Amino acid sequence: MTKDAIRQAIVDIIQEILPDEDMGGIELDKPLRDQLELDSMDFLDIVMELRKRYHIEVPEKDYMELNTLGSTIAYLEPKMANL
Amino acid sequence: MTQRGVNGVRDAYDVVVIGAGLGGMTCANRLARAGRSVLLLEQHTQLGGLATWFRRKGHLFDVALHGFPVGMIKTVRKYWSKEVADRITQLRGIRFDNPQFRLTTDYTREDFTRLLVEDFSVPAATVQAFFDHTRSMNFYDDDGRTTRELFEEFFPGRTDVVRLLMEPITYANGSTLDDPAISYGIVFSNFMSKGVYTFHGGTDEFIGLLEKELLASGVDVRTKARAERILTEPDGRVVGVAVNGVTVGARSVVSNGNLKSTVLDLLDADVLPADFRTQAEAVRINTSSCQVYIGLKEGETIDYMGDLVFTSTAPTFDTDAMLAKEVTSRTYSVYYPENRQSVGRTAIVASSNARYEDWTGMSEELYKADKARLAEATLDDLSRYLPRIREMYDHLEVATPRTFERYTLHRGGSSFGTKFEGLPVSQNLPQAAPGLFHTGSVAIIMSGWLGAANYGVIVANEVDKYLGRGQET
Repeated sequence: MTKDAIRQAIVDIIQEILPDEDMGGIELDKPLRDQLELDSMDFLDIVMELRKRYHIEVPEKDYMELNTLGSTIAYLEPKMANL
Repeated sequence: MTQRGVNGVRDAYDVVVIGAGLGGMTCANRLARAGRSVLLLEQHTQLGGLATWFRRKGHLFDVALHGFPVGMIKTVRKYWSKEVADRITQLRGIRFDNPQFRLTTDYTREDFTRLLVEDFSVPAATVQAFFDHTRSMNFYDDDGRTTRELFEEFFPGRTDVVRLLMEPITYANGSTLDDPAISYGIVFSNFMSKGVYTFHGGTDEFIGLLEKELLASGVDVRTKARAERILTEPDGRVVGVAVNGVTVGARSVVSNGNLKSTVLDLLDADVLPADFRTQAEAVRINTSSCQVYIGLKEGETIDYMGDLVFTSTAPTFDTDAMLAKEVTSRTYSVYYPENRQSVGRTAIVASSNARYEDWTGMSEELYKADKARLAEATLDDLSRYLPRIREMYDHLEVATPRTFERYTLHRGGSSFGTKFEGLPVSQNLPQAAPGLFHTGSVAIIMSGWLGAANYGVIVANEVDKYLGRGQET
């Protein structure tokens, strides 16, 4: 997957978890939590969706990599490059 | 359709969930939607666990629908459906009546701030600092303080403030001032946000909708199906469940039963490492409850008296007094016909915390007499608010810790799971017995409607990870 496709995949997952949020203006380098009503259960949902859709495992020690949209893309890029 | 018994079950499933409480149901639904084959076993005839109800002579009584935090709307919407979440409505009035104060609140942060500042003369900065502090608490960083010490720091000597902040939480989860401050802080801040909520239509309609969702997700749902043993390989790895005398294969098992029953009763004694077993044995069970269910005659209506009324005649907040058999503190949950159109009658449920030991080890005659005394005392107390109550009702029934034990199979009739030390035992169980998970009321925080449902989701994620991808049963 390309970087843009990865970005879109993440946005799609978050949009499904938070159907009422506007995903249009999300800034790459700002914590997702400061831009969206995203709580710890939502992060768990993201992890589970990544496993379900792309067979990617995000271990607990890496959860902080999901802090911003930019850091999430960078973290997932090597894992999703061959999808 | 949900079936009774285990006729026609498959040979094996990815997951067998034992117990259809809110945690077990939510975990089962989540895993089925993730593409896993799931068998959900419930020993009772109804799903819901303690989120339950019963019908008597035209009355319908809710057992545990007293009020849950606003977070339940999001949880139900995400893990069940928008249709179900849309039926969650806010309770209008939470009342307190005790020798120290009388007040009505909607239990929002705004209103509680106003009350504490204006009626209790607490500085606004202290109130805000307390709310911010409790909100910042996480279950994984226990600072070792007790709830008593937390209150002592923010509100020294203020027994009235402690009562306002603590009494509803004690009713909600059986916790005391000696329990860890974080267990209080997490539960309190969940509630102390946008008010207290209920399900329009009652528990039976709520659980009925969840059952439909489970079936639509492809979960094989079985009632009157009592798991007898969790089957393991010699190395502790889970391979199945014995239920109603039949063996069902399972790549993983989730127990939504009481933690101690799961570890100490459902597993063979030699399966777990000795130190893990010792740790499980040392977990303290939370206390139980008594309830008096009062159904008003058809046509009898009452003026709105609040949805939840926290009453006490004890001079100050006192956990021992709240647990005593001579009840001085009761919560009345009042169910008005507007919220129960299918029934059209008013029901009042008086709940009090109780000790299992006080209700066991006696003759049947004494037990009956004690139940009758509790019923009379409750009517006496309720007549302070409804002077005509003795003429208004036509059905009254009492539940004790023994009743809770009978329907839930919980050790000690526990209505609030375990004390805080149950959390590591619950979470580390898969390390001791690979493939075996526990979701259920533990540690005070993983408890109540919201805590139970969310813990079901957390455990579903662990199970999904354990099962891996590409080898579905």
